Amino acid sequence: MTLNFFEIAFSFPEILGQSGGLTLDFSKIVPNVPFILQGIWVTLAFTLVSAIIGFSWGTVLSIFKISNIKPLKWFADFYTSLFRGTPLILQLALVYFSTPQLIGYAIPPFQAGVITFSLNSAAYTSETIRGGIMAVDRGQREAAMTLGVKYPLMMWDIILPQAFKNILPSLVNESIALLKESSLVSTVGALDLMRRGQIVAAEKFIYFEPLILVGIVYYVMVTGFTWLAEYLERRMRLSD
Amino acid sequence: MIRTEFLSKSFGKLHVLKDISTEIKQGEVVAMIGPSGSGKSTFLRCLNLLEVPTRGRVYINGVDLTDPKTDVRKVRQNMGMVFQHFNLFPHKTVLENVIYGPCKVKGSPKGEATELGLKLLAQVGLADKAGAYPSRLSGGQKQRVAIARSMAMQPEIMLFDEPTSALDPEMVKEVLDVMKGLAQTGITMAIVTHEMGFAREVANRILFLEGGHIAEDAPPEIFFSTPKSERACQFLEKVL
Ligand SMILES: Nc1ncnc2c1ncn2[C@@H]1O[C@H](COP(=O)(O)OP(=O)(O)O)[C@@H](O)[C@H]1O
Ligand SMILES: [Mg+2]
Repeated sequence: MTLNFFEIAFSFPEILGQSGGLTLDFSKIVPNVPFILQGIWVTLAFTLVSAIIGFSWGTVLSIFKISNIKPLKWFADFYTSLFRGTPLILQLALVYFSTPQLIGYAIPPFQAGVITFSLNSAAYTSETIRGGIMAVDRGQREAAMTLGVKYPLMMWDIILPQAFKNILPSLVNESIALLKESSLVSTVGALDLMRRGQIVAAEKFIYFEPLILVGIVYYVMVTGFTWLAEYLERRMRLSD
Repeated sequence: MIRTEFLSKSFGKLHVLKDISTEIKQGEVVAMIGPSGSGKSTFLRCLNLLEVPTRGRVYINGVDLTDPKTDVRKVRQNMGMVFQHFNLFPHKTVLENVIYGPCKVKGSPKGEATELGLKLLAQVGLADKAGAYPSRLSGGQKQRVAIARSMAMQPEIMLFDEPTSALDPEMVKEVLDVMKGLAQTGITMAIVTHEMGFAREVANRILFLEGGHIAEDAPPEIFFSTPKSERACQFLEKVL
């Protein structure tokens, strides 16, 4: 993949030299556009599944972090430092390439990607969720305790709904970041938006047009979701 | 019945409660008064173990709350608590707040709990607010809902920690009236308050706290007319 980018970089002067300007010919890739656009669903599905698993596991980790049970706390803290302290692309490569070696299962790229991104995003969101839980007024917990509510029920019914409401904007932002980062799965061959762009580029020996198209699609998705999130946030604030 | 034996509580080096031994009989209405920082809230919160005593014992109906084998949750179900800042669940409606305890802790059927909840809301004069969210209510209304929420567990004991201190003056009376009504039902009440008129009229007994001690323990007629201690005289001079 990196090689492709070098090629683009080095071929720019040539393009400019040959035609005395930037010539883009999107007509050459028109037949491949549907193939590329189908990657939208792969990328979206990948992001959504990873986000959902990541948030659920992140919630569990955040509860470990505020727990009085020291080993759980240590585990969650170590887990987070591990996933935050190593490159995502390394984690992905480890899951994808070492799973077959270690347990003899030829893990499909999409699956390897979902596992890695879920585990990784859980590390980040667990911190966000922990912060959200700590920001819920102490009185809420005390009110539930004096009613005699059990701890798990108190978390589920009283604390977490309020914590999530507080951190919803950051969770949405993290999901949007995940959408962009999901392009890393192209490195293990999952047929996402990014990978499809590269495939078309490699087939046709033209790089700029397919990659620009892919870039535009990412941009539109990310900007669209950001708008939607801002709109929902404003609505939520009005309803308070 | 509440009994404390040599109840002490320290926060680090700060000794807030010093060997408090006292007893509150069934059906008694006890007002706890004293200067700010004298340990009134801490004492009250030790009674349902929201604060864990550093030393000494707390017995509720003969059950030792400080015994690690005691199911504190069970005991708390029989002890309501009303907080200065209400601590209503903001994401639940008024009725949902009130029936949360019966439904989720006692396992009452929803219909039965709703009937009880509406009855209690009518008693505190808020039947028409059942479907509203707490954010729509005034402070006085919030506190009345909080009282109804505690009463929905049908406790034998109610603890109040400055229930009217966060209210605008014109709303104090509506809350005190509800509490007056409660006092007549024979429920045991321990009330931390700065409302001297209310304490005098409603309480059977005044506990005057000072520097982590009970400096005076007397019926209101005696306490307000002929206080024994110097500190109580000074305090009354200031507040009356
Ligand atoms: N959680 C706590 N941590 C540290 N100090 C506390 C805590 N709660 C209360 N205190 C201190 O204990 C003393 C008594 O507090 P409190 O019981 O709230 O008094 P009161 O209700 O009579 O005003 C105060 O000096 C207060 O600062
Ligand atoms: Mg206090």
